[in-house]
Amino acid sequence: MVSRVTTPDDPAVDSLRLAEDVLGQALKAGASEAEVLVTGDDSYLTRFANSEIHQNVAETNRSVNLRFVDGKRIAVLSSGRTDDEGLRNLVERAAAIAKTVEELDDWAGLPGPADGITVQPAATWAAPTADATPELRAEGVRAVIAAADAAGVVAYGSFSTGEDSIAVANSAGIRAAERRSSSQLITVHMSPGGGNGYAEMVSMDVSTIDAAAIGREAATKARASDNAVGLAPGDYPVVLEEYAVVDITDMLGYLGFSALAVQEGRSFVEPGKRIGSDLVTIVDDGADAAGLPMSFDYEGVGKERVMLVQHGICRGVVYDSQTAARDGRRSTGHGLPAPNPYGPFPLNTVMSAGATSRDDLIGGLDRGLLVTRFHYTNPVHPKLAIITGMTRDGTFLVEDGKIVGPVRNLRYTQSYLDALAGVSAVSSTRKTIKGFLGGAVIPAVRIDAWTFTGATEH
Amino acid sequence: MRDLTDRALDTANSLGAEYADVRVVRRLEESISVKTGRVEGVAIGETEGFGIRVLVDGAWGFASSNRLESGEADRVAGLAVRIAKASATALRNRVVLDSRPAAHGTYETPLTEDPFTVPLETKIDDLVTADRLAAEVKGIAFTESMYAAQREWKTFAATDGSFVEQTITHIGAGLEANAIEGDEHQRRSYPDAGGGYSAAGYEFIRSLNLKDHAEAYAEEAVALLSAPQCEPGRKTIILDPSQLYLQLHESCGHPSELDRVFGTEASYAGTSFLTTDKLDEGFRYGSDQITIVADATAVHGMGTFGWDDEGVAAQAVPLVKEGIFVGYLSSRETAPRIGRQSGGAMRADGWNRIPLIRMTNVNLLPVPGKSLDEIVADTDDGLYLASNRSWSIDDRRLNFQFATEVAYEIKGGKKGRLFKNPTYTGITYEFWRSCDAVADERSFVMLGTPNCGKGEPGQTGHVGHAVSGARFRNVQVGVGKW
Repeated sequence: MVSRVTTPDDPAVDSLRLAEDVLGQALKAGASEAEVLVTGDDSYLTRFANSEIHQNVAETNRSVNLRFVDGKRIAVLSSGRTDDEGLRNLVERAAAIAKTVEELDDWAGLPGPADGITVQPAATWAAPTADATPELRAEGVRAVIAAADAAGVVAYGSFSTGEDSIAVANSAGIRAAERRSSSQLITVHMSPGGGNGYAEMVSMDVSTIDAAAIGREAATKARASDNAVGLAPGDYPVVLEEYAVVDITDMLGYLGFSALAVQEGRSFVEPGKRIGSDLVTIVDDGADAAGLPMSFDYEGVGKERVMLVQHGICRGVVYDSQTAARDGRRSTGHGLPAPNPYGPFPLNTVMSAGATSRDDLIGGLDRGLLVTRFHYTNPVHPKLAIITGMTRDGTFLVEDGKIVGPVRNLRYTQSYLDALAGVSAVSSTRKTIKGFLGGAVIPAVRIDAWTFTGATEH
Repeated sequence: MRDLTDRALDTANSLGAEYADVRVVRRLEESISVKTGRVEGVAIGETEGFGIRVLVDGAWGFASSNRLESGEADRVAGLAVRIAKASATALRNRVVLDSRPAAHGTYETPLTEDPFTVPLETKIDDLVTADRLAAEVKGIAFTESMYAAQREWKTFAATDGSFVEQTITHIGAGLEANAIEGDEHQRRSYPDAGGGYSAAGYEFIRSLNLKDHAEAYAEEAVALLSAPQCEPGRKTIILDPSQLYLQLHESCGHPSELDRVFGTEASYAGTSFLTTDKLDEGFRYGSDQITIVADATAVHGMGTFGWDDEGVAAQAVPLVKEGIFVGYLSSRETAPRIGRQSGGAMRADGWNRIPLIRMTNVNLLPVPGKSLDEIVADTDDGLYLASNRSWSIDDRRLNFQFATEVAYEIKGGKKGRLFKNPTYTGITYEFWRSCDAVADERSFVMLGTPNCGKGEPGQTGHVGHAVSGARFRNVQVGVGKW
């Protein structure tokens, strides 16, 4: 059993109790196997724009997801109703539907407690985050706005806090329960001179978020990017800040580092294939305390530390129980809630730091661009990981190792694999960022060539 | 239900709210996913809860819960008020709402065949039959097919006495054939990338007739593997409805959202180049062929309803008239700032999200004269682009780049050979100004997307787009190198 009880009133304990109750009902209703995932959510988000709070929300939610197996026939039902009648209906309906669907001929069964190797994080939850109040978030927002006011710029962003409880019980013996917390403060500051600046801080523990520092970082960047000038598209060396690099690691995780993508022939991953320079090492590590840790996946399988890229060489991909069974191996603990036609994903990406200071990253550019962040990225050619997107919130021309001024935003159409191969320096410091796949720990990088294919007016 | 909404509103009122509204939403979803001829998943989901939005001291607060109990209504209303008071500590301009008559009534999506009463076996069989036909085509690596239906029962009540009940049903299906050879991965989707969607019943799925199109689309995916690359250059392009709707979505729908214009989405999705001075000056958004309307009353549109999620009646709002920018998608809070009444575009993704300005059905109206086929016949040299594969646009909605699944060469007015990996790029207003022909009503079709993202925390919107196809001149095609 993977269980991390934090306090006697830990909602994960109650969620596990509920999961076991529904599991018992499913087995009584004739399930040959069953899995119950219970998720609870208490989340809050304070949003600001034009240097004032304009949206401010709270959500309390709980949901039960039942995977009902009848031989090799499977139905998945979920419900937000957790009263007796709601749960009874859920089980009865699942049993009825499971009888009507076709068999999955390669169904390998639900995972058991011995089917994963857990690397236990030190902690997944922090009381200050769970206890965060609307007043605390407003105080943080006011600090960000004060920094913007001091610089004569305007603040836009959000400050979120929340906790989840996750519990999984299945008929193969898995019992997993955990309480997780996360907080995030992001801001875009906009200057009257047209400049924009971005800053972000993510933490399991909200008390470590320094709102004033975030405000100052974005304000400085916004002022520095005033009066940007146009630059002709073309190939330029770049320094990508952490906020941009996370799009590379997430997109490669989405397109390639999934066992299902490999099994379907749509991944670029081949074990032993070089896809990056020696400086590139990427793992998925649910136990890394710098990220947003988690002990197990949505099938209740313990999360294994998976080496994805080691010194530029492809080493592995992540598995859930079904993709693992197809390859005759164990799950790495990267399953998503059933049913999941998308396959497993790395949700805790950690890229190794290098040895280069931030100043030296920029100092190593003869003529190139410093990019703060990317916007609206999308695959153009998934198997080659060719992605298009825009720069945003601070793009600067660098000459002879020094920033000479801001440039207007550029469009790129660039293979992220070629980008990894061109990494010539990695920063010695890293940031924790929420990418689209989850919490990631990411350095800044210098890349020898980046293909910009268009320009815009700001 | 009325007991709960009354309780929530009364509590909010008693705690000092100058305005409050509450939405109770129950959502039922059913989906089937099929991969390479076999059912990978059958899922049914149900969620219900309520959300209370309050104005206190001119500031907003919102709280929500999945527990439909009177005691919980008190707690959540109290939390919403507390949150609003916290908002007021960082407020520079008090929120002012436009006036509107209290909303009363009911609305239900018109449909013929209730998708939730069609036997599951029938739905599975329809999908699997089509998917297997595609999967059996030689050279296909894998196929993916999907069916999805969603029904929402929504109750809206407000302290001004409004009380509205709506039942909205959306449905969709589609199949996708994938061919892979070495590094080349080609895909063809029917009816559109991601599936075809409608506000309708199962009759819509029957009308798609998936099985009769499966093999042809799969064969085209295989043919693309050996097709020549779409070469770069400035060309005439004709956009099929399956691509034009997304072009409209990204480069007209989103920049017309008045909340983006006022910066309230700046930190996430971005802002808009369509600033209010452009409304005043009569900005030329496109050629005189371009007339765009946001129509929440359009038949079968996924942006169709009786009232929006702040109780404003559905209406058709002109956005662009014969090329001139004339209006925005707006709300009760934003419209007064430009001296107008709300256009009724506030929509929320379920009970646990606040309403945001969202597209309804943003439609490019057909132009009488030429059919889409006649426009092709009238084109000497160009490309016909169909079915979206990739999309991206900058944070003010100016510089866009799209990829489509397929391009057909047009020579001497006839569609000919295939090109693979087509892309095109441009600046929004330059692109729409380059349109010299919009097809007439014969190809006018209501399409839609069920995955429009916006807001923090994230919301997914269902929106509609009716389009007929159009021709654009001197467009940059073929971006990138591989």
